[in-house]
Amino acid sequence: MTPLLITVALVLAKLVLIFVVVLTLAAYLVLAERKILGRIQLRYGPNRVGPFGVMQPLADLIKLLTKEDTVPDGADRVLFLLAPGMAALTALLSFAVVPFSPPLKIFGQQLPMVVCDLNIGVLYFLGLSSLAVYGIALGGWASNSKYALLGSIRGLSQLISYELSMGLSVVPVVLLARSFSLTDIVLAQKSAPFILLQPVAFLIFLVSVTAESKRIPFDLPEAEGELVAGFHTEYSGMRFGLFFVGEYINMIILSSLTTVLFLGGWLGPVLPPVIWFAIKVLAVCFFFIWVRGTLPRLRYDQLMHFGWKILVPLALLNVLVTGGVLLWLKGA
Amino acid sequence: MKLWRGIKGTIEPFAVTLRNMLRKPVTIQYPEQKRTPFPRYRARIVLTRDPDGGERCVACYLCSAACPVDCISMQAAEDENGRRYAVWFRINFSRCIFCGLCAEACPTLAIQMSPDYEICSRDPLQLVYEKEDLLIADGGKDNEYNFYRHAGIGVVNPRGGNDDEYGPVDIQSNMP
Repeated sequence: MTPLLITVALVLAKLVLIFVVVLTLAAYLVLAERKILGRIQLRYGPNRVGPFGVMQPLADLIKLLTKEDTVPDGADRVLFLLAPGMAALTALLSFAVVPFSPPLKIFGQQLPMVVCDLNIGVLYFLGLSSLAVYGIALGGWASNSKYALLGSIRGLSQLISYELSMGLSVVPVVLLARSFSLTDIVLAQKSAPFILLQPVAFLIFLVSVTAESKRIPFDLPEAEGELVAGFHTEYSGMRFGLFFVGEYINMIILSSLTTVLFLGGWLGPVLPPVIWFAIKVLAVCFFFIWVRGTLPRLRYDQLMHFGWKILVPLALLNVLVTGGVLLWLKGA
Repeated sequence: MKLWRGIKGTIEPFAVTLRNMLRKPVTIQYPEQKRTPFPRYRARIVLTRDPDGGERCVACYLCSAACPVDCISMQAAEDENGRRYAVWFRINFSRCIFCGLCAEACPTLAIQMSPDYEICSRDPLQLVYEKEDLLIADGGKDNEYNFYRHAGIGVVNPRGGNDDEYGPVDIQSNMP
């Protein structure tokens, strides 16, 4: 009875820990993004709430919670209220399979530092990132507004297109690691992180991930210059906040998956594994923010052209070559 | 070639943004740091005084006529020795567009623009400045100028008594 209780307690503790850390990180990522973008544009960014603006996320939260929550007259009420949750939930669920440290020994028990070490972790992640489409699609459709609908249509086709190249760019990694489990993939990078063995796959994955998180230069679903705010045009208050937070949680998830798949996860010298994992994830997040401050938005046809005519063939070729080389090595 | 240009054009901006990220922001942190505007900056309007301490305004209505938004109003009067002055003088700063046309129109350099730009208020009525609020104890941009010392009217000195003036001409003796 007691070992079972301890196991349950540990799992719950892990869940709460991850939940709190991811949500706080998402809130502070917003602050970091605003600060870094400010610096790029020779501004300070938010620095009024608390020292260096560290309380800004709290102020934003209070603002969003106290705003009026409006539902347009023509909106499909149920779907409209459901969609933001879908967006944030699918993003949060993905973190279940991300290992952030090697197993720990507590109370004489082997405690894996991952919520659930699925043996099909990669597929689980790909599936959830496909489900993330629903948040956008339903949000845009239920708003009953032309801008929202246009945004969600763009979002749908973009996510579906870039999922393809993202999935294909993960295949060589799976081939090399001989496992779908993310823990095994990290362990397979003991000698060298996969970024060195698979630079092309890494680049394709990075580009697809940027598109998947709907960030500049692939932010066509919201494209504030053309579509007001895209699929969340009609949302206000905390419902908008959920979309917003979901986007940043998504960014953290995708950064941590980049870390796990290509940058060697928690592996690294001297520092403890969790620290290494955090450093790598934050570095990728910083890169995303840097990209946002640097590149302009693509045109819609350029986006589709780039996805289907360049990334997908390149990823396919990469799979073929990797498979061939692995077969040749095995034969030799 | 086109591909190379594309790749270069994608990567080079990253160096630019990184360079800018490490530079000092140009922001002036307003409530703590204030910039001093240039002397001819056009902000709050003031009524100046001549070197002798008298009001310069002669209530000629040229400023209120020149004002494109009609924010200046006044009432003219004349004291016993013929000096014109404004009984009341009012500028509604919630209407003023700080164009400076009033200062340009003023023949006595009485109304001038000052660089004091911090005149906001939550109550529009507080932005209606009366003569007492507008008058300053200074000559502003041309400290030495006193209209009545050049006007040819016997206010400061008897008629024709100013430095660059001569007395009334006897028109009978001024025949060709």
